[in-house]
Amino acid sequence: MELLIKEIIGKYNYWLYIILMMIGLYAIIAKNNLIKKLVGMNIFQTAIILFYISIGYKKGGTLPIIEIPHGHHTISPESIDISKYINPLPHVLMLTAIVVSVATFGVALAIALKIYKEYNTLEEDEIRMRLRGK
Amino acid sequence: MKKVALIVVILCGAILIHATSEFPKWGEINSPASLHVSPYYIKYSVEQTDVPNIVTSVLADYRGFDTMFETTVIFCAGLACFLLLRIFNDKEEETESIFYRHIPSGIIIEFKNHEVDIRDEDFELIDSKFVPYDLIIKTVCRILIPFIQIFALYVVAHGDFSPGGGFQGGVILGASIILLAISFNLKTAIEKISEKTLGVLSAIGVFIYAGIGCLCLILKGHFLDYGKLAKILPIDPVKARAIGMLGVEIGVAITVMAVMIIIYINIASQGKHQEGL
Repeated sequence: MELLIKEIIGKYNYWLYIILMMIGLYAIIAKNNLIKKLVGMNIFQTAIILFYISIGYKKGGTLPIIEIPHGHHTISPESIDISKYINPLPHVLMLTAIVVSVATFGVALAIALKIYKEYNTLEEDEIRMRLRGK
Repeated sequence: MKKVALIVVILCGAILIHATSEFPKWGEINSPASLHVSPYYIKYSVEQTDVPNIVTSVLADYRGFDTMFETTVIFCAGLACFLLLRIFNDKEEETESIFYRHIPSGIIIEFKNHEVDIRDEDFELIDSKFVPYDLIIKTVCRILIPFIQIFALYVVAHGDFSPGGGFQGGVILGASIILLAISFNLKTAIEKISEKTLGVLSAIGVFIYAGIGCLCLILKGHFLDYGKLAKILPIDPVKARAIGMLGVEIGVAITVMAVMIIIYINIASQGKHQEGL
């Protein structure tokens, strides 16, 4: 029982992200409306971003900006405590991923707008019926 | 279909949750992700690049190629939005009726007939997708927008020393123009910053980034090796890296700002740039 509680406390963040990710995946597969599919895609992306950020976290660590003592212009590598700063790499990757996801979401909305102008609907089954020539 | 999706999703989630049993615990200092390359970045960022914000130094220097192509991706997204949606002919609006507002009383008159043309000072032509005039929102936004833009410039310029950088500052700048478009109307925003300017700006940002890279090549360094900029700047190579990063961040900010606005105005007005949200 104690082991289980330790496991839950240590891993519950990953489980939450997986649940969030599966909500997004379900929306992508099951929803009929294209905009809802796109929102599902965005939820999926958000889950991945949160996952990366939580990988980079260190207990007791602060944000990855080196504190330079007052009166100094630089700090020697030996005097930096690595465990004090969280891992910067996931932050870098996700920083660009967020902006790129906004840009790609814009393109996806543009394509959805084009589809709406062409078929007058965003429901997937209706579009498929039109494509079959009905 | 929905049942199949549910089964797939639950199975997928179960497999992933099972996989987490081999993950390190949340917040563990010695987790595998923090052992290999990130200690190097944390230790040597200040010594090698003179930039205390490690995120910026990794973004613009250690992983400079990655960021350059991310910027290119954003530029391409803006281009794709423009090419997909933009409509240039103005012969639309046949089926819609015309609205005139009587300015002194605020009454709106609708005409189904399209030959109506009132040229009177008391009447003004308004769009059918007309957004009501709201004094409070307009005034607040007019006061707020300059401060938002100054904050954005601060975020860009101070990205080396505090949380911030080109992407964030660019998004804030873009948001300030989008706020103008929402609170006034789309035409006001396009008058302030025209479509042509936006297109040129989005390309200039990528050009600045690649240009700084090529400048390093000309100065007999590697591509994006900012240390070589010390040959033309009166500073030592370590400081030159910080200056190079600042230039690159400015390029990123310009591209991101322009692309955010391009995407917004094209989607909001369905490519007509006449009237939108």
